[in-house]
Amino acid sequence: MAIRPILSTLRRHKTTALLVVLEIALTCAIVCNAVFLVIQRVDRIHMPSGVAEHELIQVDLADIGKTDDEHARTLTDLAALRAIPGVTQVAAVNQIPFGHSSNNSGIKLDPKQNKSTLNAAHYQGENIAQTLGLQLVAGRLLQPGDYVELKDAAKAYTEGKAEGLPRLVVITQPMAERLFPGQSALGKTIWVGAELPLTVVGVVKNLVRPSIWNDAEAQYSMMLPMRVDSNQYLIRTSPDQRERVLAAALDALKKNNPHRIVWQKRTWDEVREGFFEGDRAMTGLLIGVCVALLVVTALGIVGLGSFWVAQRRRQIGVRRALGATRGHILRYFQTENFLLATIGIVLGMVLAYGVNLFLMVHYELPRLPAIYFPIGALALWLIGQAAVLGPALRAAAVPPVVATRSV
Amino acid sequence: MFGYYLDLALRSLKRNKVLTALMVLAIAVGIGASMTTLTVMHLLSGDPLPGRSDKLFYVQVDDNPLPGKQKEPMDVMTYQSAMDLWTAHKGDRQAIIVDSPVKLRAPDTTLPPLMMPMLSTTADFFAMFDVPFRYGGPWRAEDDAARARVAIISADLNDKLFGGANSVGRTLRLRDTDVRIVGVLAPWRPSPRYYNIAGGRFSGGKTADYYSKPQDVITPFSSALELNDGNFYQYSCWQLPPAPGHLQNAPCVWLALWVQLGSAAKATAFKRFLDGYVGEQVKSGRIVRPENTRLRSLVEWLDYQGVVPSDVRLQTWLSFGFLAICLFNTIGLLLAKFLRRGAEIGVRRALGASRGAIFSQCLVEAGMIGLIGGIGGLLLTLLGLSLVRRQPVAFADMVHLDTRMFLLTFVLAIATSLLAGFLPAWRASRVTPGLQLKTL
Repeated sequence: MAIRPILSTLRRHKTTALLVVLEIALTCAIVCNAVFLVIQRVDRIHMPSGVAEHELIQVDLADIGKTDDEHARTLTDLAALRAIPGVTQVAAVNQIPFGHSSNNSGIKLDPKQNKSTLNAAHYQGENIAQTLGLQLVAGRLLQPGDYVELKDAAKAYTEGKAEGLPRLVVITQPMAERLFPGQSALGKTIWVGAELPLTVVGVVKNLVRPSIWNDAEAQYSMMLPMRVDSNQYLIRTSPDQRERVLAAALDALKKNNPHRIVWQKRTWDEVREGFFEGDRAMTGLLIGVCVALLVVTALGIVGLGSFWVAQRRRQIGVRRALGATRGHILRYFQTENFLLATIGIVLGMVLAYGVNLFLMVHYELPRLPAIYFPIGALALWLIGQAAVLGPALRAAAVPPVVATRSV
Repeated sequence: MFGYYLDLALRSLKRNKVLTALMVLAIAVGIGASMTTLTVMHLLSGDPLPGRSDKLFYVQVDDNPLPGKQKEPMDVMTYQSAMDLWTAHKGDRQAIIVDSPVKLRAPDTTLPPLMMPMLSTTADFFAMFDVPFRYGGPWRAEDDAARARVAIISADLNDKLFGGANSVGRTLRLRDTDVRIVGVLAPWRPSPRYYNIAGGRFSGGKTADYYSKPQDVITPFSSALELNDGNFYQYSCWQLPPAPGHLQNAPCVWLALWVQLGSAAKATAFKRFLDGYVGEQVKSGRIVRPENTRLRSLVEWLDYQGVVPSDVRLQTWLSFGFLAICLFNTIGLLLAKFLRRGAEIGVRRALGASRGAIFSQCLVEAGMIGLIGGIGGLLLTLLGLSLVRRQPVAFADMVHLDTRMFLLTFVLAIATSLLAGFLPAWRASRVTPGLQLKTL
């Protein structure tokens, strides 16, 4: 196909051609970045939690009045929950993964350090790792003998005594790698503040923190050997028994103390769903925008293509009369669109990179991976070709006899 | 003349319906997208208390007892600092603010107990933030001192518990203390919940929750300390608190302090007082980071906290990119359309129409497309806003189109189409009469 005549025709329609190019470029830039944002959100939504996702139930209660026997009641609650058929593990915990509010501590490698090395969520509660179904990668999980009561620990801490304080800790692999890159974390000591040294006895693969303000630090969590009387229970069962166990658990807890409000009662699937609700909505919106953008661009190409065809009917007729086949005419318009799209795509890539730089500065987004460029280009070429096909077919259908008419 | 141009424009639009529809659609979609995000943005980023926000100041001191330099003090302060500064009464008005979840029952109703967010503050709060009342009114300063068992409830809670009747004088049970209702608020929906914002600068732009509804129960701070003891959450601690949730003497920051200062001179004086206070505290050894104080006005505080969620800002950028594409699209189509009418324009020019006449005729046609596109855009904006209302965000219930945004939709639509029509109209007006006539 001869490109030169196409170029010389386009030169006569500089402004319109430029507009098509600009439209394609802008679409390319926005769609590339929007798709990138979508992929990021989708990754985020599927963030690993480290827990046995489909086997867990969360029940959170709140007292109505003051209580003095929280500890005894927790023990009764735990026993009652354990007695429910189908329940494999139970734990009273201070917080849950993907919950919203969280307990966090600054972690130091040296108590004299001025700033903490990192900030980690600290989970408390006997049997929490076993209930969540965490995957151990090194060392061991916390055992019943390791635990101290939270109240005793708080008292010892204020009085500055070592007796009664927790001494061991289990951390996640991402946290271990950040603290001790290239080494085993087992046996090492980490500090909570400047007062509380903890020896790492185990490393679990993943355990996501309750509230995530920075995705890179989502897995910085640890488990301290402290028993809590929190009114917040995690129950593990098999996936098909969750609904029944949840109902039975609520009955059992009500029976132990009817003067409590059930604050949360949900399966862990619902916990995850709730946590990422906003991200899912944003993903839907971004996809909608991408589709709308591509449609608008395609419609623009159709509209302009139709006009060009209408404008050049006579010229097409002459060419047909001089021996050009329908295929020639069809290919002429397709090549023309391909050329315009290519210029648009090249410009669009530069623009996409610029938009990405802006997002990196203002929204702390990573760099746009190079793979988006060929995929984006291919998509726009295809859309351009599809959009121009209609007008081009109409052009090809122009009979040679048009050349003889005076338009 | 204008009427004639309108007539011509209508005829021209009718001549090629597909093309007209494409242009109208492009404008409508672009306007719909950008007006939806603009409305949300307008709603979230406006001054929440116009005319008053520059007299309200958020007080910060650096209570951290560990040596070291931090560029910014903590977002909230310790009990000691808050009480010292509040009792000094150096501002025209001052309010301590903290929120905590509380268990609530209305003894004379059959409703099951509820968990509710409770706001605890001091008497000046209501006057400072212009809080509207339906029944009763705020408690008095004496009630703060006397730790009175009183409460003010929101219109929502009043509807829920008492069916909207005047409930002043009735009793609520908060945890296990009876309190007397002294006031019921009129519907009040500040955007954002500006009096109760901290930590936004660390949230990575996930700040939609700052647009939640105000707390449903408001109690005096001094009373709340007793009736909800053990249920307060720290913002940050430098040591484990001795008793969780009991923060008066804990090494923790958890209280916000607002002051109202009527003039710039008063603000300067208050800042001097604040620095003086910190200086004294440094001498006594309680505070070790001297001079690290801030006195931000309400709007400055919201900016500093970055309250507008980053997702919303991103959506706004995106929709304006979208509008730009729609604009290019319309320019291209209009250009094609006007240029194809070269012959017609040539005849009109040859018959004596001036360039200006052709130009304005073309612009009228473009404006017409904008007007129709604007109607479509308005419908799409309403649709877009109803979609936003269904989103799981805290501000969903306040999203609506006000008159200003309604008018702006049309202004933006017509401005966009005129902008799009400018180049094509200019090109059309350059058509030389002779040349066009020859080709006929």
